[in-house]
Amino acid sequence: MKFRVPVDVLPRRGILDPQGKAVTDALHTLGFSAVDEVHVGRHLVIELAADSEAAAREAAAGMCQKLLANPVTEDFVIGAPEAA
Amino acid sequence: MKFGIVRFPGSNCDEDAWFAVVEHLRQDAVMLWHKAHDLEGSDVVILPGGFAYGDYLRAGAIARFSPIMREVVAHAKRGGVVIGICNGFQIACEAHLLPGALLRNDRGYRSMPVTVRVERTDTPLTAAAAAGQRLTMPIAHGEGRFTASDEDLDRLEGEGQVIFRYVDAAGQPTAAANPNGASRNIAGVCNTERNVVGLMPHPERAMEPLLGSSDGRVLFESLLATVSA
Repeated sequence: MKFRVPVDVLPRRGILDPQGKAVTDALHTLGFSAVDEVHVGRHLVIELAADSEAAAREAAAGMCQKLLANPVTEDFVIGAPEAA
Repeated sequence: MKFGIVRFPGSNCDEDAWFAVVEHLRQDAVMLWHKAHDLEGSDVVILPGGFAYGDYLRAGAIARFSPIMREVVAHAKRGGVVIGICNGFQIACEAHLLPGALLRNDRGYRSMPVTVRVERTDTPLTAAAAAGQRLTMPIAHGEGRFTASDEDLDRLEGEGQVIFRYVDAAGQPTAAANPNGASRNIAGVCNTERNVVGLMPHPERAMEPLLGSSDGRVLFESLLATVSA
Protein backbone atom coordinates (compact mmCIF):
# COMPACT_ATOMS: atom_id res chain seq x y z
CA MET A 1 0.00 0.00 0.00
CA LYS A 2 1.01 3.61 -0.53
CA PHE A 3 0.99 6.05 2.33
CA ARG A 4 1.66 9.72 2.89
CA VAL A 5 3.24 10.25 6.28
CA PRO A 6 3.46 13.78 7.67
CA VAL A 7 6.45 14.57 9.86
CA ASP A 8 7.17 17.72 11.87
CA VAL A 9 10.70 18.46 13.00
CA LEU A 10 11.06 21.22 15.59
CA PRO A 11 13.91 22.69 17.60
CA ARG A 12 14.05 21.00 20.98
CA ARG A 13 12.45 23.07 23.73
CA GLY A 14 14.96 25.05 25.70
CA ILE A 15 17.31 25.42 22.75
CA LEU A 16 17.40 28.96 21.43
CA ASP A 17 15.39 29.21 18.20
CA PRO A 18 16.38 32.50 16.57
CA GLN A 19 13.88 32.09 13.73
CA GLY A 20 11.06 31.47 16.17
CA LYS A 21 12.12 34.46 18.25
CA ALA A 22 12.29 36.76 15.19
CA VAL A 23 8.80 35.67 14.13
CA THR A 24 7.49 36.16 17.67
CA ASP A 25 8.94 39.67 17.78
CA ALA A 26 7.40 40.50 14.39
CA LEU A 27 4.00 39.25 15.50
CA HIS A 28 4.22 41.39 18.62
CA THR A 29 5.09 44.39 16.45
CA LEU A 30 1.96 43.68 14.40
CA GLY A 31 -0.14 43.75 17.55
CA PHE A 32 -0.55 40.02 18.15
CA SER A 33 0.29 40.54 21.77
CA ALA A 34 -1.28 37.28 22.89
CA VAL A 35 1.52 35.31 21.24
CA ASP A 36 3.90 33.79 23.79
CA GLU A 37 6.28 31.90 21.54
CA VAL A 38 6.58 30.63 17.99
CA HIS A 39 8.64 27.58 17.06
CA VAL A 40 9.90 27.34 13.51
CA GLY A 41 10.74 23.91 12.17
CA ARG A 42 10.03 21.96 9.03
CA HIS A 43 7.17 19.88 7.79
CA LEU A 44 7.90 16.89 5.58
CA VAL A 45 5.51 14.59 3.78
CA ILE A 46 6.99 11.19 3.05
CA GLU A 47 5.28 9.20 0.33
CA LEU A 48 6.16 5.56 0.66
CA ALA A 49 5.03 1.99 0.21
CA ALA A 50 4.39 -0.03 3.37
CA ASP A 51 2.37 -3.05 4.42
CA SER A 52 0.36 -1.19 7.03
CA GLU A 53 -0.14 2.19 8.63
CA ALA A 54 1.96 1.06 11.59
CA ALA A 55 4.77 -0.03 9.29
CA ALA A 56 4.65 3.32 7.47
CA ARG A 57 4.89 5.13 10.77
CA GLU A 58 7.76 2.96 11.93
CA ALA A 59 9.66 3.53 8.69
CA ALA A 60 9.24 7.29 9.08
CA ALA A 61 10.55 7.11 12.65
CA GLY A 62 13.66 5.34 11.41
CA MET A 63 14.19 8.06 8.80
CA CYS A 64 13.86 10.75 11.45
CA GLN A 65 16.38 9.08 13.71
CA LYS A 66 18.89 8.59 10.92
CA LEU A 67 18.53 11.72 8.81
CA LEU A 68 15.50 13.95 9.05
CA ALA A 69 16.05 15.23 12.60
CA ASN A 70 19.27 15.94 14.45
CA PRO A 71 19.08 13.94 17.68
CA VAL A 72 21.21 16.53 19.49
CA THR A 73 18.94 19.50 18.92
CA GLU A 74 15.63 18.56 17.33
CA ASP A 75 12.49 16.60 18.15
CA PHE A 76 10.15 15.05 15.64
CA VAL A 77 6.45 14.23 15.62
CA ILE A 78 5.02 11.71 13.16
CA GLY A 79 1.45 12.38 12.14
CA ALA A 80 -1.22 9.90 11.09
CA PRO A 81 -0.32 8.20 7.80
CA GLU A 82 -2.90 8.69 5.05
CA ALA A 83 -3.50 6.06 2.42
CA ALA A 84 -2.31 7.61 -0.83
CA MET B 1 52.84 14.79 3.74
CA LYS B 2 49.73 14.34 1.68
CA PHE B 3 46.54 16.25 2.32
CA GLY B 4 43.22 15.03 0.97
CA ILE B 5 40.71 17.82 0.46
CA VAL B 6 37.16 16.59 0.06
CA ARG B 7 35.12 18.38 -2.56
CA PHE B 8 31.36 18.16 -2.13
CA PRO B 9 28.89 19.74 -4.51
CA GLY B 10 28.70 23.20 -2.91
CA SER B 11 32.15 23.24 -1.27
CA ASN B 12 33.69 26.66 -1.79
CA CYS B 13 36.79 26.73 0.44
CA ASP B 14 38.35 23.67 -1.16
CA GLU B 15 40.58 25.84 -3.36
CA ASP B 16 41.58 27.97 -0.37
CA ALA B 17 42.59 24.83 1.52
CA TRP B 18 44.50 23.63 -1.53
CA PHE B 19 46.32 26.95 -1.82
CA ALA B 20 47.24 26.91 1.87
CA VAL B 21 48.60 23.38 1.70
CA VAL B 22 50.31 23.44 -1.68
CA GLU B 23 51.42 27.05 -2.10
CA HIS B 24 52.14 27.97 1.50
CA LEU B 25 53.22 24.67 3.01
CA ARG B 26 54.67 23.09 -0.16
CA GLN B 27 52.98 19.78 0.62
CA ASP B 28 51.26 17.26 -1.60
CA ALA B 29 47.52 17.46 -1.88
CA VAL B 30 44.76 15.70 -3.71
CA MET B 31 41.19 16.80 -4.30
CA LEU B 32 38.80 14.01 -3.32
CA TRP B 33 35.46 14.08 -5.12
CA HIS B 34 32.58 13.25 -2.82
CA LYS B 35 31.66 10.20 -4.90
CA ALA B 36 35.15 8.71 -4.61
CA HIS B 37 35.78 5.60 -2.54
CA ASP B 38 39.48 6.12 -1.93
CA LEU B 39 41.48 8.69 0.05
CA GLU B 40 44.44 8.11 -2.30
CA GLY B 41 46.90 7.78 0.54
CA SER B 42 46.02 11.03 2.27
CA ASP B 43 47.63 11.45 5.68
CA VAL B 44 45.35 14.32 6.68
CA VAL B 45 41.80 14.78 5.43
CA ILE B 46 40.34 18.29 5.27
CA LEU B 47 36.58 18.75 5.13
CA PRO B 48 36.46 22.29 3.74
CA GLY B 49 33.99 25.11 4.09
CA GLY B 50 31.08 25.83 1.80
CA PHE B 51 27.48 24.78 1.48
CA ALA B 52 27.65 21.08 0.68
CA TYR B 53 24.38 20.01 -0.96
CA GLY B 54 23.10 23.55 -0.49
CA ASP B 55 22.84 22.92 3.26
CA TYR B 56 19.54 21.19 2.46
CA LEU B 57 17.73 19.76 5.47
CA ARG B 58 20.53 20.87 7.85
CA ALA B 59 24.07 21.95 7.17
CA GLY B 60 26.11 18.79 6.68
CA ALA B 61 23.16 16.42 6.97
CA ILE B 62 23.24 15.16 3.38
CA ALA B 63 27.00 15.43 2.82
CA ARG B 64 27.47 12.97 5.62
CA PHE B 65 26.10 10.23 3.37
CA SER B 66 28.46 10.90 0.45
CA PRO B 67 30.46 7.80 -0.50
CA ILE B 68 33.76 9.46 0.45
CA MET B 69 32.54 9.96 4.01
CA ARG B 70 32.61 6.22 4.59
CA GLU B 71 36.35 6.35 3.89
CA VAL B 72 36.80 9.50 5.97
CA VAL B 73 35.09 7.87 8.95
CA ALA B 74 37.23 4.72 8.51
CA HIS B 75 40.37 6.91 8.36
CA ALA B 76 39.32 8.64 11.59
CA LYS B 77 38.58 5.31 13.29
CA ARG B 78 42.11 4.16 12.39
CA GLY B 79 43.45 7.24 14.16
CA GLY B 80 43.92 9.26 10.97
CA VAL B 81 43.70 13.03 11.26
CA VAL B 82 40.55 14.77 10.01
CA ILE B 83 40.11 18.54 10.14
CA GLY B 84 36.66 20.04 9.63
CA ILE B 85 36.53 23.73 8.85
CA CYS B 86 33.24 25.63 8.99
CA ASN B 87 30.88 23.55 6.81
CA GLY B 88 33.38 20.72 7.28
CA PHE B 89 32.89 21.05 11.05
CA GLN B 90 29.12 20.82 10.51
CA ILE B 91 29.59 17.72 8.37
CA ALA B 92 31.89 16.12 10.97
CA CYS B 93 29.25 16.70 13.66
CA GLU B 94 26.49 15.26 11.49
CA ALA B 95 28.72 12.24 10.79
CA HIS B 96 29.20 11.79 14.56
CA LEU B 97 32.94 12.24 14.19
CA LEU B 98 32.60 15.17 16.57
CA PRO B 99 30.20 15.83 19.44
CA GLY B 100 27.45 18.43 19.46
CA ALA B 101 25.68 20.29 16.68
CA LEU B 102 25.98 23.65 14.93
CA LEU B 103 22.76 25.60 14.88
CA ARG B 104 21.63 28.80 13.22
CA ASN B 105 23.48 31.79 14.64
CA ASP B 106 21.62 33.83 17.21
CA ARG B 107 22.03 36.93 15.01
CA GLY B 108 22.11 35.89 11.39
CA TYR B 109 24.97 35.35 8.99
CA ARG B 110 28.35 36.62 10.20
CA SER B 111 31.33 37.38 8.00
CA MET B 112 34.11 39.02 9.98
CA PRO B 113 37.46 38.43 11.65
CA VAL B 114 37.21 36.86 15.09
CA THR B 115 39.75 36.11 17.78
CA VAL B 116 39.91 32.67 19.30
CA ARG B 117 41.99 31.41 22.18
CA VAL B 118 43.81 28.10 21.87
CA GLU B 119 42.51 26.08 24.81
CA ARG B 120 44.48 22.90 24.26
CA THR B 121 47.69 22.10 22.44
CA ASP B 122 47.36 18.31 22.63
CA THR B 123 45.75 17.94 19.22
CA PRO B 124 47.43 17.61 15.83
CA LEU B 125 45.97 20.99 14.83
CA THR B 126 47.26 22.96 17.80
CA ALA B 127 50.50 21.25 18.87
CA ALA B 128 52.72 24.07 17.55
CA ALA B 129 50.62 26.79 19.18
CA ALA B 130 50.96 27.95 22.77
CA ALA B 131 48.18 27.33 25.26
CA GLY B 132 46.22 30.55 25.58
CA GLN B 133 47.59 31.88 22.28
CA ARG B 134 45.12 34.16 20.54
CA LEU B 135 44.55 33.73 16.83
CA THR B 136 42.65 36.08 14.56
CA MET B 137 40.95 34.36 11.66
CA PRO B 138 37.86 35.04 9.56
CA ILE B 139 34.48 33.46 10.03
CA ALA B 140 31.74 33.37 7.39
CA HIS B 141 28.75 31.32 8.44
CA GLY B 142 25.07 31.39 9.29
CA GLU B 143 25.03 28.18 11.30
CA GLY B 144 27.91 28.09 13.72
CA ARG B 145 26.27 28.18 17.10
CA PHE B 146 27.88 25.21 18.81
CA THR B 147 25.29 23.45 20.93
CA ALA B 148 25.22 20.39 23.15
CA SER B 149 23.39 19.45 26.32
CA ASP B 150 24.79 20.91 29.55
CA GLU B 151 25.86 17.44 30.55
CA ASP B 152 27.75 16.96 27.28
CA LEU B 153 29.29 20.43 27.52
CA ASP B 154 30.56 19.63 31.01
CA ARG B 155 32.00 16.38 29.74
CA LEU B 156 33.70 18.13 26.81
CA GLU B 157 35.22 20.67 29.17
CA GLY B 158 36.27 17.95 31.59
CA GLU B 159 37.91 15.86 28.89
CA GLY B 160 39.70 18.85 27.40
CA GLN B 161 37.84 18.59 24.11
CA VAL B 162 37.18 22.31 23.80
CA ILE B 163 40.04 23.43 21.57
CA PHE B 164 39.14 27.00 20.60
CA ARG B 165 37.01 29.64 22.29
CA TYR B 166 35.92 33.05 20.99
CA VAL B 167 37.55 35.76 23.11
CA ASP B 168 37.80 39.54 23.24
CA ALA B 169 40.93 41.65 22.94
CA ALA B 170 41.77 40.91 26.57
CA GLY B 171 41.52 37.17 25.94
CA GLN B 172 38.26 36.76 27.82
CA PRO B 173 35.37 34.64 26.48
CA THR B 174 32.74 37.37 26.82
CA ALA B 175 29.28 37.43 25.29
CA ALA B 176 30.35 40.37 23.11
CA ALA B 177 33.21 38.30 21.67
CA ASN B 178 30.86 35.47 20.76
CA PRO B 179 29.80 35.98 17.13
CA ASN B 180 27.05 33.39 16.93
CA GLY B 181 25.77 32.54 20.40
CA ALA B 182 27.85 29.38 20.70
CA SER B 183 27.53 27.59 24.05
CA ARG B 184 30.40 28.67 26.32
CA ASN B 185 31.97 30.59 23.41
CA ILE B 186 33.09 27.32 21.84
CA ALA B 187 34.64 27.81 18.39
CA GLY B 188 36.25 24.39 17.98
CA VAL B 189 36.25 20.93 19.54
CA CYS B 190 37.92 17.56 19.09
CA ASN B 191 36.77 13.96 19.53
CA THR B 192 37.75 11.87 22.53
CA GLU B 193 40.66 10.32 20.62
CA ARG B 194 41.80 13.87 19.67
CA ASN B 195 42.52 13.04 16.01
CA VAL B 196 39.43 14.79 14.63
CA VAL B 197 39.24 18.55 15.15
CA GLY B 198 36.53 20.92 13.92
CA LEU B 199 36.41 24.69 14.04
CA MET B 200 34.22 27.44 12.63
CA PRO B 201 36.97 30.01 11.79
CA HIS B 202 38.95 29.61 8.59
CA PRO B 203 42.70 29.07 9.15
CA GLU B 204 43.18 28.46 5.41
CA ARG B 205 42.03 32.02 4.78
CA ALA B 206 44.52 33.43 7.29
CA MET B 207 47.83 32.33 5.81
CA GLU B 208 49.54 35.60 4.85
CA PRO B 209 49.41 39.31 5.72
CA LEU B 210 47.76 40.06 2.40
CA LEU B 211 44.71 38.17 3.64
CA GLY B 212 44.62 40.21 6.84
CA SER B 213 46.14 37.56 9.10
CA SER B 214 48.78 34.86 9.10
CA ASP B 215 47.49 33.30 12.28
CA GLY B 216 46.18 30.22 10.49
CA ARG B 217 49.72 29.14 9.68
CA VAL B 218 50.52 27.84 13.13
CA LEU B 219 47.64 25.40 12.85
CA PHE B 220 48.84 23.99 9.55
CA GLU B 221 52.40 23.91 10.90
CA SER B 222 51.08 21.88 13.81
CA LEU B 223 49.84 19.28 11.35
CA LEU B 224 53.23 19.15 9.68
CA ALA B 225 54.97 18.75 13.02
CA THR B 226 52.72 16.03 14.43
CA VAL B 227 51.38 13.90 11.60
CA SER B 228 53.78 11.36 10.24
CA ALA B 229 53.55 11.01 6.49
